[in-house]
Amino acid sequence: MTADIVAWLAQDGITNGAIYALLALALLLVFAVTRVIFVPQGEFIAYAALSLALMESGRVPGTVYILLGGGALAAAMEIARAVREHALSRLPRILALYVLLPVVIAAIVWWAVPRKLDQWLQILLVLAMVVPLGPIMYRIAYQPLASASVLVLFIVSMAVHYVLMGLSLVFFGGEGLRSRPFSDAHFKVGMLDVSAQSLWVVFASMVLIGALWLLFERSIYGKALRATAVNRIGARLVGIPANLMGQLSFLLASFIGAVSGILISPITTIYYDTGFIIGLKGFIGAILGGMASYPLAAAGALAVGLLESFSSFWASAYKESIVFTLIIPVLAWLSLRSRHVEEEDE
Amino acid sequence: MNRKLIAAFAAASVLGAGAAHAEITVGVTLGATGPGASLGIHYKNAFQLVPKTLGGEPVKYIILEDGSDPTNAGKNARKLITEDKVDAVMGSNGVPSSIQIAQVAFEAKTPYLCLTPISLPPEKYHWTFVVPQTTELMMSAVAEHMKAHGVKTVGYIGFSDAWGDLVYKAMTQLAPDYGYKVVTDERYARPDTSVTGQVLKILAAKPDVVVVGGSGTGGALPHVALRERGYKGTIYHNHGTVNAEVIKVGGKDVEGAIAPTGPLIVPEELPADFPTKAISLEFTKRYEDTFGAGKRNAFAGYSYDGVLILNAAVPAALKKAKPGTPEFRAALRDALENVKNVVGTHGVYNMTPTDHNGEDARARVLVRVDNGAWHLLK
Repeated sequence: MTADIVAWLAQDGITNGAIYALLALALLLVFAVTRVIFVPQGEFIAYAALSLALMESGRVPGTVYILLGGGALAAAMEIARAVREHALSRLPRILALYVLLPVVIAAIVWWAVPRKLDQWLQILLVLAMVVPLGPIMYRIAYQPLASASVLVLFIVSMAVHYVLMGLSLVFFGGEGLRSRPFSDAHFKVGMLDVSAQSLWVVFASMVLIGALWLLFERSIYGKALRATAVNRIGARLVGIPANLMGQLSFLLASFIGAVSGILISPITTIYYDTGFIIGLKGFIGAILGGMASYPLAAAGALAVGLLESFSSFWASAYKESIVFTLIIPVLAWLSLRSRHVEEEDE
Repeated sequence: MNRKLIAAFAAASVLGAGAAHAEITVGVTLGATGPGASLGIHYKNAFQLVPKTLGGEPVKYIILEDGSDPTNAGKNARKLITEDKVDAVMGSNGVPSSIQIAQVAFEAKTPYLCLTPISLPPEKYHWTFVVPQTTELMMSAVAEHMKAHGVKTVGYIGFSDAWGDLVYKAMTQLAPDYGYKVVTDERYARPDTSVTGQVLKILAAKPDVVVVGGSGTGGALPHVALRERGYKGTIYHNHGTVNAEVIKVGGKDVEGAIAPTGPLIVPEELPADFPTKAISLEFTKRYEDTFGAGKRNAFAGYSYDGVLILNAAVPAALKKAKPGTPEFRAALRDALENVKNVVGTHGVYNMTPTDHNGEDARARVLVRVDNGAWHLLK
């Protein structure tokens, strides 16, 4: 193993690790605020990547139907609740949010697809299609069960994951797709040949992580999210609406997932079910960080990326086993440390 | 007219009338969802184009979905045999699934037309007939091409699953006869986002050519990565990779890729005297008329050829027993073992008791990516 191979592998590991880090943060955020282990996180990656690739080939991605259908379902649930609570004044807002907005987005997509817009505009459209799926998903699947146990929420997550993966197969088909790179440029850094795309991944991840930090430190919504994460009941007592926080955390999660998908779709072939395994590796990263600290989760995710890269060189057949085995010692360590907390719970 | 002849006529008409009532039932299990979906969809599509009669008798196809899950495939096969009393089973689109079905077919004594290239212990082949070309047959076309071009060392990268193993095994088995050495055995998974590590290892071994043991669009990832890292040698694929999507995904980088495949992928370019030319051309045309231009693929052809083989065997079996009975299934098995010169979309099938595949070199051609499409390599 020579120095340039080490450098190559490190570069590869950091690129993947940056994506895993983003996903680890999203998973951690959702878990902290809503106690949901967010298995479908990966689906946003596949949806965004495949939607982008389809739009580039001049086809209307099926994501618009999922958006319209999901919006209609969420609207029906909200309207039923409003009628039950005799609060019909909420109706216009519900219709605007869950019906009008998806219809407008879908209309723009239909208009835009045959015109083959600039790549950046297509990316914005993909974000507009995929990001609202997060809050809609929360409204439909999780909000009615918001106070259920972690295990029940986890089972709901599995169900949502399978539903979304099935829809993904129906709308995107079984073969993989790949989108055009943002730029074909390559830079010579010493003996390394760094592609502009991998720099984009690392750069965008760092910007997003910085933006998240600003959100949590400086904005009232970010602080409300943190408060909910620390103590849900306390947060409600001081007037923070729990459902809004849930939707907000899902919005951030779907945004992060969609951005990750857009970033990696030019680097690799994305299949309808690829998102799950990428999300899972982000999850390993979050667990390595103890499922509690954002910087530790990001570091854990980076470690996953590097380990994956180096094990693919040494023992490619066992790569996944090596990566997933990582969580066993960490879980053992965590469960040893947290024993008295469990006793407190009981 | 003497008495004997009249009796024979009467018997024949009674038999004929009896047989006309008997509907043949074929049970199919395929995974058009799950990890094998990209192949399963094509396998399943073909059943919209298959003949509505077998050996002149009406046929009913019962098609179940197994989600590319071996356990489900086995369960489906058992259900088809015990509840629906099918005369033959067909499926599935994954090697592990097909092995499960073969086991069930063996226990339940039902002829099984396997649609993936599996290898079984010899005694287990009794009820199983494998439609696709063996991996060795396919990869021997690659080995011949490598020998003709003086290749001495081969780098291998394939899926970390049964398919990757099969292609690797074929390449190593053929190695001594064709005078090359396989110098790497790297593995990756279809949803992997990067194969940098594996590619670096292959580059370090400096092989003359590389063979990729992936399938579908999954074959593009290592190919593109090798080219990005400046690998100049020829990159060979296997017959699982030959479709239009892999070129869409791989773009310029997959230009020059060489792969073995069944003749139905390039029927237009086959020489006029190629034995399967007519039927390959017809099937490909019907498939693309129904499912869209450029959708041609090898997998649909396996489903279709399976039905053609059944079609050839059914008349002999009908002479012995009525469909829906164990006797018919046994007779059908015996007849399948003796079908001769069945011209399919992929090749010409000549079954024998020891060869339950029956294909020869006429069932494979080499194709190369030139200007964004697979073309016959002459």
